[in-house]
Amino acid sequence: MEKFTKLTAIVAPMDRANVDTDAIIPKQFLKSIQRTGFGVNLFDEWRYEDVGEPGKDNSVRPLRKDFVLNQPRYQGAKILLARENFGCGSSREHAPWALKDYGFDVIIAPSFADIFFNNSFKNGILPIVLDADLVSSLFNEVFANPGYQLTVDLASHQMIKPSGETLDFEVDAFRRHCLLNGLDDIGLTLQHQSDIETFEATHKAKNPWLFATE
Amino acid sequence: MSAKTLYDKLWDSHVVRQEDDGTALIYIDRQLLHEVTSPQAFEGLRLANRKPWRIDANLATPDHNVPTTAYHSVEDIVDPISRIQVKTLDANAKEFGITEFGIGDIRQGIVHVVGPEEGITLPGTTLVCGDSHTATHGALGALAHGVGTSEVEHVLATQCLIQKKMKNMLVKVNGQLQPGVGPKDVVLAIIGKIGTAGGNGHAIEFGGQVFQDMSIEGRMTVCNMAIEAGARVGLVAVDQKTIDYVEGRPFAPKGNQWQAAVEAWQDLKSDEDAHFDKVVELEGSAIEPQVSWGTSPEMVVSVNDCVPDPAQEADAVKADGIRRALSYMGLKAGMLISDIPVDYIFIGSCTNSRIEDLRQAAEVLKGQKVASSVEQALIVPGSGLVKQQAEAEGLDKIFVEAGFEWRNPGCSMCLAMNADRLPSGKHCASTSNRNFEGRQGAGGRTHLVSPQMAAAAAVAGHFIDVRQLISTNQ
Ligand code: SF4
Repeated sequence: MEKFTKLTAIVAPMDRANVDTDAIIPKQFLKSIQRTGFGVNLFDEWRYEDVGEPGKDNSVRPLRKDFVLNQPRYQGAKILLARENFGCGSSREHAPWALKDYGFDVIIAPSFADIFFNNSFKNGILPIVLDADLVSSLFNEVFANPGYQLTVDLASHQMIKPSGETLDFEVDAFRRHCLLNGLDDIGLTLQHQSDIETFEATHKAKNPWLFATE
Repeated sequence: MSAKTLYDKLWDSHVVRQEDDGTALIYIDRQLLHEVTSPQAFEGLRLANRKPWRIDANLATPDHNVPTTAYHSVEDIVDPISRIQVKTLDANAKEFGITEFGIGDIRQGIVHVVGPEEGITLPGTTLVCGDSHTATHGALGALAHGVGTSEVEHVLATQCLIQKKMKNMLVKVNGQLQPGVGPKDVVLAIIGKIGTAGGNGHAIEFGGQVFQDMSIEGRMTVCNMAIEAGARVGLVAVDQKTIDYVEGRPFAPKGNQWQAAVEAWQDLKSDEDAHFDKVVELEGSAIEPQVSWGTSPEMVVSVNDCVPDPAQEADAVKADGIRRALSYMGLKAGMLISDIPVDYIFIGSCTNSRIEDLRQAAEVLKGQKVASSVEQALIVPGSGLVKQQAEAEGLDKIFVEAGFEWRNPGCSMCLAMNADRLPSGKHCASTSNRNFEGRQGAGGRTHLVSPQMAAAAAVAGHFIDVRQLISTNQ
């Protein structure tokens, strides 16, 4: 997995609550058997005038000018500012794949849906939960200042505003460790192989019906 | 020993390792695989040269992309990209030696219908699937999590999931339901009350008289939509109904093992004085048939209510959400729900495509006709076996005579990854679980309802309280 340590980037504001994973990446794009290439179809229905289909040439599709990511001032954004319950709905990991592929490394919101939150970490995206009032004031600052950037420092779990003001955020220690070092979960778990085998033997003795009889 | 909830018990009996920071490695007994969220997981195994930890713990079936019109083999899938995805599942199952109910197998169907039907879902187990509606299986007293593709790969490779224990929430529905009000109405009413984030971070146990009286299939409908209330896990305590449901299913324990299993399952309920971090209570008799009007499952009211007015919402973000939803749905604030015309009917999905759902729809449709204003009415059974059972009972004839199309099993218009799509601007009375923008087709307008209410809307051409229709029928 890719490491995440520190980043300074433009912030794009996604000013609506309950943004679901169907909106983040519509289902027609889930037919791909790859992990990459979803970025051009991120928020497809909100972003383009026409209906997107896999295989369409996205570079010639008409854009919805009023959609936030189509506005010139937010080009190159790597930090997404969002509202409550971001990433709700389907468990599709294609949602963080699409966000990452588009270029987002950080998402800031007052709350996230559980599965999305989990999936983000596994793909090198840092989801930051921040108090709703702080999120609201960030929205105001982003709207008021074109080119608004934040610095996110995972090691010190701090965000630094253009004014120099800092905001602390919390991250689970295990996830922080994995992100900072780009660690792969499976490799980590397999270090405990003997624990798993021991558990399995006891579990099998108690619940033999859960295991096929060879 | 302190009192435990059902969730505590299931959790405790599967912890392989507990870390100091609260994360734990939990053992997974079963994994269900489908074509959409598994290809990248198998690819990951191949790239890292890893093998599945336990082949017999997995079962695969294609569902999201399969056509629901007549077909015989995977080659009949017209969309080449869908075909590749289904073929990829076939190839992966074969390569890794995993049992698959493929296209053409009578047991093929929606993963969450197939698991319980085959006895793969068992009380007291942990089960995962790369699909958020995995909570369905909690109806049988199993700890069932929806997971992402990285976790699918993780479970394949290690038979474990890295998890933090969730909090406990109890949703209690007391008393009795009115006739004509079913499990779908109950769960929609719960979501309407607690909101789509109401269960975030919690495992929800559904308790109270209403769930004790409810059938196992009804409990599945309720647990299925726990995720729409924000909870990854939904649970109902094991009782005699659970055991009767499981007995004799193909993958259920047999003989001596059956006796031992039944004994082990007796304790799968929350202790009397167990602590819940959050408790919500509803009165069963106060629940009316529900219809969602907006683009989030919490945007739901009784069929006898009106569409809400954003001007009366104090919270600015919420008012804005209502305005957006009304504009997308093409509805006016304050209009009666029963004045919303329906153009499409979809009875199906992992929420409501089991035999009891079909029987309930058939009861309303018997001797009736779909209104001429309805452009298409689909019934899509959840599995080949549900279809077979319905046909044995003659339900298919009732549906076809009423003007419904009787289809082959799959996810179908629940998310429209196959050819079944809701056209832009059309209103659909749907028994599925999500009414997000574009969910059933770009621009489509979904209204979530129970199978009875979908059938009633089909006959009336607009939403109508099914109790009214039943009383005029008699
Ligand atoms: S029926 Fe719908 S919700 Fe259920 S698994 Fe299929 S697509 Fe998902």
